[in-house]
This record gives sequence, C-alpha cells and structure tokens, in this order.
Amino acid sequence: MPDRIHLAVALDGAGWHPAAWRESTARPTELTTPAYWRDLARTADGAGLVLATIEDALSLGGRSSEPDAETRRDRARGRLDAVLLASFLAPVTRRLGLVPTATTAHPEPFHLATGLQTLDHASRGRAGVRLVAGSTPQERANFGRRTEGPTGIPASGRVEDDPALLAAFREAGEVADVLRRLADSWEDDAIVRDLETGKFLDRDRVHNVAFEGEFFSITGASIVPRSPQGQPLITALAHQTIPYRFAAEHADLVFVTPADAAAVGGIRNELADAADEVRTLDEPLRVFADLLILVEDTRREAEAVWNRLQDRAPLTTDARVVVGTADDVVDEIRALAEAGVDGIRLRPARLPADLEAIADRVVPRAAAAGILLPDDGAPTLRERVGLPRLASRYARQEVGA
Amino acid sequence: MTRRQIHLAAHFPGVNNTTVWTDPSAGSQIDFSSFEYFARTAERGFFDYLFLAEGLRLREHRGQLHDLDVAGRPNTLAILTALAAVTEHIGLVGTLNTTFNEPFELARQLGTLDILSNGRAGWNAVTSSDAFHGANFRRGGYLDHADRYVRASEFAALSKALWSSWRDDAIVADAETGAFLREDAIARVRHESRLFDVDAVFDVPRSPQGRPVIVQAGDSPDGRDFATAHADVIFSLHTEFADAQQFYRDVKGRLAAHGRDEDSLKILPAATFVLGDTADEARERSREIALAQVRPQTAITYLEQIWNRDLSGYDPEGPLPDVEPDTGVETAQGFAGRHAAIRARVGQLREQAAAENLSIRELVIRLTAKHTFVGTPEHVASEIDRYVQERATDGFTVVGHVTPHGLDEFADRVVPLLQERGSYRRSYDDGATLHDLLGLPPVLAPAAR
Ligand SMILES: Cc1cc2nc3c(=O)[nH]c(=O)nc-3n(C[C@H](O)[C@H](O)[C@H](O)COP(=O)(O)O)c2cc1C
Repeated sequence: MPDRIHLAVALDGAGWHPAAWRESTARPTELTTPAYWRDLARTADGAGLVLATIEDALSLGGRSSEPDAETRRDRARGRLDAVLLASFLAPVTRRLGLVPTATTAHPEPFHLATGLQTLDHASRGRAGVRLVAGSTPQERANFGRRTEGPTGIPASGRVEDDPALLAAFREAGEVADVLRRLADSWEDDAIVRDLETGKFLDRDRVHNVAFEGEFFSITGASIVPRSPQGQPLITALAHQTIPYRFAAEHADLVFVTPADAAAVGGIRNELADAADEVRTLDEPLRVFADLLILVEDTRREAEAVWNRLQDRAPLTTDARVVVGTADDVVDEIRALAEAGVDGIRLRPARLPADLEAIADRVVPRAAAAGILLPDDGAPTLRERVGLPRLASRYARQEVGA
Repeated sequence: MTRRQIHLAAHFPGVNNTTVWTDPSAGSQIDFSSFEYFARTAERGFFDYLFLAEGLRLREHRGQLHDLDVAGRPNTLAILTALAAVTEHIGLVGTLNTTFNEPFELARQLGTLDILSNGRAGWNAVTSSDAFHGANFRRGGYLDHADRYVRASEFAALSKALWSSWRDDAIVADAETGAFLREDAIARVRHESRLFDVDAVFDVPRSPQGRPVIVQAGDSPDGRDFATAHADVIFSLHTEFADAQQFYRDVKGRLAAHGRDEDSLKILPAATFVLGDTADEARERSREIALAQVRPQTAITYLEQIWNRDLSGYDPEGPLPDVEPDTGVETAQGFAGRHAAIRARVGQLREQAAAENLSIRELVIRLTAKHTFVGTPEHVASEIDRYVQERATDGFTVVGHVTPHGLDEFADRVVPLLQERGSYRRSYDDGATLHDLLGLPPVLAPAAR
C-alpha cells in the first residue's frame, strides 16, 4: 500500500499540447473568456483536486525564446494575467488551491506580494504562487525597462553555465524572501480596534520589512493585513541542480519531472541534500511529480489522438507523458506514489477534454484504488497539503525576547 | 424634454479619519465578504461603478505608523477581479499609479479585468511620485515631480495603443488550416521616449469595451490637462455648488481643443451624505458622525500634520496653537498630500477659527468632516438632481462613512426618489459596458490593417 497522495492540475490555454486547440473538443475562441476559466476551475474544484496552477508569461510567445514566438500564427495565443485570473476564480470555487504563475524578473515584488495576499483573502486561504526566474528577450522588449537578461538555456543545458540565469535565480530568491516578509509584516492580531485608547492598530505589531537586496529594496510593511494562510504557498518547478536549490531554500512545494518512478528517489535525495544546506523553513518541502496525460476510453483511441496531434505540431516536453486510458494514468500515479512523492500534478494535453477525464475517470479510480488522500476538510491550502500555518517571524522574535 | 441622467459611483470607505471604525456596525475592511456586500449594495442601487482608492504604503505620523484610522486594504486589481466574479452589471474602477507601474504590465492587468468582467473595468490614473511611496518599489522615488504628468500622459497613450493593438476578429482558430490568428491580427506597439523604451506585442485580446474607462483625480493645471486629453471621468473635490459649476465649465470648456464633446467627460465629485426622517434629525446625526470622525486625538494629529510639529500639549477643545508651523522635515508621510497646501493658509485658518470661535476639534471638523448632503431623503435626492440638471456635476462619487454598510441607506431611501424624478436608471441594460453605463461614446474598433 503506497502512502496516499494528492492530485493537482496544471491549467494552460487549450492544454499542454501545442495542437490541442485544433481538436473538436477544444474551445479555441474562448481561451481568454470568463466562462471558459470558470468551467475549468469548477471542474477541478468539483473533482476534489488539491490545487490548480495557472501558467503565465509576459509575452505573446509565452516563455519561448524563439525569435518567431510572437509572430507565428499557428499556436493558440492570447493570455490573461494569472494572478488576476486566480482572483476571479476564487469566489467561484470552494476547495481548490489557486496557484498562478508569476515571473520574478519584471513585476514589482510589492505588487506581487499584495496581489497574492489579496488572493488569499478572497479565496479564504487557498492562495499560492509558482515563481519563475528570469525573462525572455521578448518579455524584456515588452516591458522595456531592462535590457540585460538570459537569452535562453545555455548549450550545456545547465543553469550554472549562464551568469544571467544564475542572477535570475538570485533575484527570484529575493522575490520569494520579500513575499514571505511582507506576508509576515502584519502580525495576526495587529488590528485591535481599541475604543478606550482610540487605536485601530497596534503599531508594535506591524513591521516595516526594511529589505535591502542585490536587485531591489523594499522599506515598508505590506498594505494588506495578514491573510488566512499567513503566507500564501510558494511553489516552483525544478528540473536540475540550481532550481532544486532554489526550491529547497525558498519553496513550500516543488514540482519535479522524473522520467519514471525509478527517478524519484534520486530527485528526492538531491532535494534533501540541498535542503540540508540552505533551507531555513521549519516545515518539510512537499514534492509533486508532473505527468502530462492524454486520456481516451481505449489505448488505441488515445494513441490515435496523440499521433494526430504530434503530426500537426510535435510536443517537446520536460515531463513524463502518459497516453492511454484512465487506468493507465492511475497505474502511473500509483507507481510514483510508491516511489515517494507527496502529490502528482497532471498536465492535461487537451483542455477541457483531459481535465474532464481527470474528474470523471482518473480521480474516482485513483480514489477507489486507495491512492488518494481523502479530503479531511482542512480549510486552507497549506493545511490541505499537510503544512503548518507559519507564525509571523516578527511574532516569533517577540517570544524569544 | 428628457432630464439629464445622474451618474453615481460607490466609493468603498477608505483609510482616513472619515471612515468611522468605532461605529458598532463597522465590519472588516479586508475580508472579502465586506467587498462582496458593498458591491452587491451598489449594484442593488444601480450605481455606474464601484470605486477603490489606493495607498501603496502605510501612513506614518511623526516617525511611527499612524494608528488612529482604519489601516490595511487589498491589492486593487486583485480585489476588483474577484468582485467581477460575484457581480454582473456594475463597473469596477481602481486607482492605480502611473509612477510605480509599467505600461505593458498594467495594461495587461486592466485588460484582464476588462475581459473577465465583460467590459466593466476602469482605471483612476494617479501620479504620486514621492520618495516615501517609492521606497517600496524597484525604481524608488526616482521620478522628478515635474515629470509625473509627462509619464502619466505617455503611460495612458501607450496603454491605449496596447488595448487597441488587437483586431476584434484577430482569432480565427481554423482547425483545418492550422491558422489560429488572422494575418495582421496584432499590431506591434513601439514607444521610445526619455521615459519609456517599449517595443511590445500585446498578449491580451481586445475587450468587449474596447478599453477600460479612464478616471482622473488630480486638481493642478497639469492634472486638468491630463484629464481633458485622456480621461472619461474626473473624480474631483469640488462640491460647493458655485465652485462645482465653475470647475465644470472650466474643464468642459477645455475639451473642444482636444476634439471632444461635453458628454465625453463626466465629472463626479466626492460626496458624503447623512439622512434623517426630518431635517433636524439629519443635522443631529451629522453632528454625531462628525464627532466620531474627529475624535480629540484625531484633531490634534490632524493639526500636527499642518503645523508639522508636536502639539500633544494642546487641548483639542481649546484654541488653535499659538506657535508657528515648522517648515522643516515633513512629519506626516503617505497622507493625501494636501497638508502642505493647507499649511500655506495657516493665517486663514487662524482667522476662520477666531471669527467663528472654533476650537481645534471644531476646525478639523470643518476641514475634514463637513458632509455634502444632509437632510431627508427627499432633500438629498432633490439636491443631487439639482446639481446635475444645472450642470454643476454629472453625478457624484458617493462615500459612506461605515464599512461595509455605508451605502445601504442611500440605496434604499435616496435611489428610489431619484428614479421617481426620471433622472436615474431603473435597471441595467444586459451586457452594458461601463462606457455604456456612463453614457460615454463607444471606443472605436481599430481600423482593419
Ligand atoms: C478626489 C481625489 C482622490 C484621490 N485619490 C487618490 C488615491 O486614492 N491614491 C493616490 O495615490 N492619489 C490620489 N489622489 C491624488 C491625485 O490623483 C494626484 O496624484 C495628486 O492629486 C497630484 O495631482 P495634482 O497635482 O494634479 O492634484 C486623489 C486626488 C483627488 C483630488
């Protein structure tokens, strides 16, 4: 019997396959409409998935560094700001964790922090974020205030071989750091509404963060009072050493891409070693494995769809791909669960079709097989993934004083 | 003859002393339920839009956080987008700074709000550029004061270019041929100047509204020029009838130079209200509310911001301080920034206090807690109507004094009377955009390229 795990979903446009928008089940003219996203989120919420990530980039071409990424006409294009999309989805979902992607190179960290805290208030404790380091040349041209930055993955494929990428990860680390500091800046009980003294606020329980980094500084406290989770969940996707170290140092939860169940142990060890060195958070790092899936009633049908998609636009992916029946997906989930992950993030090849398959077939079968953690009714995303609510660092200092 | 139609905005109570947190009915200023309740009330009252102010740093007084007023508020864009999911008709307008944002990102966020709300987004473009707020941002307090409206104007022009860079029919999604976007679907937007260097391809489709409504809230000549060039609505503080009429004529008179007509810019000053069953009852309530808004400690603190020095030794119920204001380093940070202007008129304040025999507290009540409309619902409705019919305003931005119930009485008791007069809508049109609600000219689609 494996340890029980969580299921999550990764939402992006018409799905993760670049030809997905051409399938008859797709809704390609609706990818930026409220109805489309409300439907996706409600399906994921109703299925009992623990969280949904929402992809983002500050360029029409997404995160691609290809020079023609913004001008080619054959890919599904058009995107909404993911933090705001998550905010829109907060009142129309009940249990689902909402984890938008945010790039760390361009947005003001202060705005990002208050946006996530507000998402946490609006969702009553279900906010998270997936931080992405660095920017593409297209993003920089759109944004226009910095010209320096990574130009793509270096020939070696290793982050440490490109000083610009290394710098991007240091900057992402600063962003993660200030997200947590700003979330802590109001202690839980800072608002006192004391009629006797006439004080709305106990100013000793609100703290300027006074952060001075290599890339930016932030002086004040957040404008947002502490939110239900205390700190929204910080997540990252990691495939190799530097991102593993980033996740070990800064994340609550990391998405990894094992080639198969056998690769899980190695990744976990590398994460654990990195955590020994750099982690200061008391809580354990949660590890979710990514799986790209395409589900049909029979394996033959699934393969036929897959081949049609690949003929139209070949998918290159970092994650393991499962093309088959719901049972095939459940078998993979079981194998990964036995190998020791805390959860699986399913990337539907097609939306909404493969999300519906997750809700209608994968989840019920995985539950029947006893692989899924039952919903214990925990109100916040942190608690649902088995992580404690972090006390404000400033409150902790006082206890020690 | 049809009557001029009244336009109303609903201002969620803010973080200054006019919001009475000591009221027994005062609720949370941050829980989503407060915003949801307020938005539903505004929608019940057929308001054009819900309005949020913005403050990007907690206010400080004499080196410490100001602790007497409501403090803490949500991120403007995130809360408005959440509200888009629980409302159907009402416009959603947020105050967002042009100094501490970048055009591609803010245009993208406002475009997102506009799409998710089916065309109900608006943007109150403000320009604050002081180093105190700047200390929370990558760029710091880098912007020279003289440049703030230069940046705001270029920011607005660049945003408009981005919002109109997609053809309405850009997406063809032809599964057979594999063409997702039409040829020439999206125009590249370049803007190179002293302040910007943007070469952008926008990634948010054009919204049902064409672009968000633009609101402006500055009063300087530069601010008025910005408004007449770019804005659809002005949020002003000119509420005294003759002054409001003068402001109205001044601003509307400038429009022709920009090729705009009078109806393309609405003027909606801030207005507070106190209702009673009789005029006397309303006056009594107004007095009680004013005393709650200006408690003795608040009065001293407010005066300290004008005098720029410690006045804790003075009696709030006594005469004005006999010392001169300090013109050195500012003691108050993050307040609306009007204290310096008031300081310049300390002499006038002294004269006013002497002539009317005002204590410190009474003077501060005159300065901050004077209610625009006080009376029976009939009186308040007829006054609002008079302002609009006689072209002193196009309507008002209504500010309640309690969170989140501050609008209830207005929606229940004043709105029906405005409707009876034939000056106010009785229902929303299905699918109306915020431009439609405000009676603004539609935004033209970009010509096919
Ligand atoms: C009625 C009114 C409301 C305002 N609200 C805000 C606000 O919420 N946030 C902000 O940063 N500035 C606000 N301001 C400041 C202005 O938008 C503007 O930046 C400032 O007044 C300086 O411009 P000016 O010199 O043209 O008046 C407001 C101004 C007015 C008149």
